[in-house]
This record gives sequence, C-alpha cells and structure tokens, in this order.
Amino acid sequence: MKHLLSTQDLSARSALRLLDTAEEMAAVGEREIKKLPALRGRTVVNLFFEDSTRTRISFEAAAKRLSADVINFAAKGSSVSKGESLKDTAQTLEAMSADAVVIRHPASGAPARLAASGWIDAAVVNAGDGTHEHPTQALLDAFTLRRHWARIAGTPSAGTTLAGMKVLIVGDVLHSRVARSNVWLLTTLGAEVLLAGPPTLLPVGVGSWPCRVFYNLDDALAERPDAVMMLRLQAERMNAAFFPSTREYSRRWGFDDGRLALLDTMGLDDTVIMHPGPMNRGLEISSAAADSPRSTVLAQVRNGVSVRMAALYLLLSGDPQDDDAADGRADQDDPPATTPEGRTP
Amino acid sequence: MTVPASESGIHKRVVLAEADIDRALTRIAHEILEANKGSRDLVLLGIPRRGFPLAQRLAQKIAAVDPTVDPDLITGQLDVTMYRDDLRRHPTRSPLATQLPPSGIDDKVVVLVDDVLYSGRTIRAGLDALADLGRPRAVRLAVLVDRGHRELPIRADHVGKNLPTSSQERVRVHLAEIDLIGGSPVDEVVIEDRA
Repeated sequence: MKHLLSTQDLSARSALRLLDTAEEMAAVGEREIKKLPALRGRTVVNLFFEDSTRTRISFEAAAKRLSADVINFAAKGSSVSKGESLKDTAQTLEAMSADAVVIRHPASGAPARLAASGWIDAAVVNAGDGTHEHPTQALLDAFTLRRHWARIAGTPSAGTTLAGMKVLIVGDVLHSRVARSNVWLLTTLGAEVLLAGPPTLLPVGVGSWPCRVFYNLDDALAERPDAVMMLRLQAERMNAAFFPSTREYSRRWGFDDGRLALLDTMGLDDTVIMHPGPMNRGLEISSAAADSPRSTVLAQVRNGVSVRMAALYLLLSGDPQDDDAADGRADQDDPPATTPEGRTP
Repeated sequence: MTVPASESGIHKRVVLAEADIDRALTRIAHEILEANKGSRDLVLLGIPRRGFPLAQRLAQKIAAVDPTVDPDLITGQLDVTMYRDDLRRHPTRSPLATQLPPSGIDDKVVVLVDDVLYSGRTIRAGLDALADLGRPRAVRLAVLVDRGHRELPIRADHVGKNLPTSSQERVRVHLAEIDLIGGSPVDEVVIEDRA
C-alpha cells in the first residue's frame, strides 16, 4: 500500500489489516507512555485546503504518537491565498523531503492527482476530497462498529468482519464523502448498508450502489438497523434549495427525541447512534440523542487516532522498493533470507 | 538425522526433538527459580510469535515446582515490532498484541523469552519496548536456542541449547501451539541448509 486515497479500491484483506493494526495502536493509547518509535525521523505534512478540527488534530496526534515530525499547512495564511497552484505547493513539500502528505481539498480527486502526478514521492493520504471520499473516517467508523459488534458477541474484535451487521446512513448523502467511503468500506467488510434521505440529497445513480435506499426515515428504522449514522447537513455546500426549511428537515430526517425513544420501544437495545462530527445539534441530531449512551461520537474521535496511526504506520514503514509485495507478505511463514534469527516477525 | 527436502535443494536437520525441547525447558524453569531464589516477583514475557508459547510452557513448569504460582498470572506477551531497527528494510510488519500480566512489570523480575537468539536485535527492541511499559527491577533473557552471530552486546541468562551455525543456515523452531506440519502439531528445532 503506497497511498490511501479511497475505500472503494481497498480490498477486504487490506481493510482488515488496517483495522487489526489499529487495534494494537489503540492499546498503546491506553498506556502511560503513548509513544512508539516506529516513524522516528520521518516527516508528515498535514496539507489542509479546507477547514478541519478533528481530522487535522487526529492526524497530528497519530503522527506524533509514532514519533514522526509533523508540519501543519493550512491554505489560509499561506501562499495558496496568493494563487500558488497545488503543483507548486506539492513541489515545495517535496523539496522539504516530506515522507507523507495528508491532504484535504475541496476538489474531488485532488489527492489522486497528487499521488499519480509524479510531483512528489511521498505517500498520499486522503483526508477528505470534495464530495468524493474520506477513507480514514470510514475506517474509524468501521473500527467503532467492529468493536461494538464484537462486544455484543462477546468476542475479541481483532480479525473479525462486520458480517451480519445492518448500518443505516441518514441525511445529506449527496454532499457527503463520509457516506460514500462508508458505503464502499462497510460493504467490503460484509455489512449491509441502508441509505435514507430526501430525494434531493441523494446522488444521481445511487441505485447502482450496493445498498438499499429509503425515502422515509421511519421506514428505514423499521428495518431494525444495528447502527444509525447521522450525516452532517453541509450548509456550506448548499447552493440550491434542497429542502423547504431546516425545521422540516429536522422533523423528517433528524434523529430527534421521539426517534430515540422509538429505539427503546422497538427493543433495539444494542443499536448505536453515530455522527462523524461536527454536529448540528437540534438539526440532524437532537442533544438527547447525541449525549445518550447509544452515541458513539466520542468513541469515534478516540478511535480516529488509532486508525490514523495504523494508516501512517502501514504506509510509511516497510521497504519502499517492495510496497506491492508488502501487503501481506510479512504475515507469511517464510521470512526474507536476511531476517535476523531466522523466524517470522 | 538428515532428511533431504523433497521438492527443493534445502537440507533439513532436526537438532532438538520434542523430548529434547521439553527437557531443555524443564532445566531452564529450574534455573530461573534458582537464579531468582524462588518464584517471587517473577514475570515471563514471550516475544511473538514463538516466544509466547515457550513462556507459557515455562510458567507451567514453574507452577509444577511451586504450587503457589498461577501460570496465567505470571505470563505475558511483549510485541517488539514497533521498536525494531529494520522496519525500513523489510516488507511492512503488522504489529501483534502486547499483553502484560495483571500485576504489571514495575519492580518485577522480567524474564524475556524467545525461541532463537541470533543478532540480538530483537532483544534490543524488546528492552526498549519494556522501558515504555514500566520499570522492572531486573530483566533476564531465556532462549531455547542460541545460534551465535551476535551483532550487539547482548547475552542470554538461560539457554536451552547452544547451536553453532553458519550464517547461511536457517534455524527454525516449530512449536505444537502454532505449527502444523502435514496437519499435525510438531515440536522440533531444525537447521535448514541451502545446499
């Protein structure tokens, strides 16, 4: 694995390896010394052309826990506001010998462009591009769901998939890169994905996605999902009249106190409520739902650091000449001839 | 005993059979108890993958001598992947779990357990990993096989068998807990020679 650009082209094997590695990273986050020397001397650049709080902080914490040096670059207050192109910015980072670039960009496909263009040698991690993908968010959601699923089953979560799980994603799917990344990843991991939202906020061609679509939230809840993921209403991308009023949206598509009580009356004791943040409290999710014991919002943030540590570790460690073979070969029982002590790692 | 491998030119020689491994571990268990003057504060940490079943077996043998010991409560696993100095030279390694006994390792006598001692680099990584987890009173090293060719100033306190080897040869330890050969669990130490 050289780059992490999308979850659509992530194999089940690679996804599981990321989640299992994240499981060990989470154990590090629970000890007194939360630092590993694995990426000592490597440089990770956070290249953010769009605002972000938790993703940037999460990547920064992840890189620092692995002992990498972190350079934060926000487009505001940089030469980008003077009109510098992505290419020139990238080549500046290359000249500073960045080993990994974590990029968030308002244009879909910008990270893929950066990875494929040959402007830089660094590993590229997509931290959200336009309305395309946000792979590390989907991975942390999958990690949170897998831990929840394993806790219900009473088994350890490492090595398991999401087979048999039913996940409902609600709201503004049209503008949501989180929804897209989750649809691909959760399906790859064996979960069944349901989408619910107003027709104006579902993308053209959603019928070809590997999921069922509902145009009424209560019908979708009647399917008894194991997790309900509320999407943020992206006001900054609302350039047309997608729905009559925020009050109507909140009534029909918000996870309000009534729907929270409905989960209890339906006997869905193990159904969790997820939100990628930042939340519009009172709009797509009520405060009671956001703060209820069912809410995994804070667990998602905590797991984000572990998942991003796993992604950075798997991208940046290992022989760079060998990255195609690397995915899985280290797990085999036949170590390279030069491995000290002649045994598997 | 020389068994030429059928498909390739690799010659395989069994140097320790199941009974030999068991005898070596019994002796090491007694040595550990003797050096520690009893079982007080002992913690056995196996280095994955094969160090962990070896640590479990040593704990069983210690418990057989000293019935006050609960083998599960003195055994743990120490993953050293993230502390290795050769992460950039090999395909990416997936980290494995680190599990400490409930008593922790502070002020304990930690015995690191591994299958083969060779360059000493794994043990160096293990010592760094330990320092991030706590502060043991003392750290000792027990290995099933010491094959020489040290690259760092590290030596084992307890050795199952000293095995002079050439660096062309490969020492493989197979343990019944992990290794199935032809579908059945196997306990053996073999030297493979690319002749």
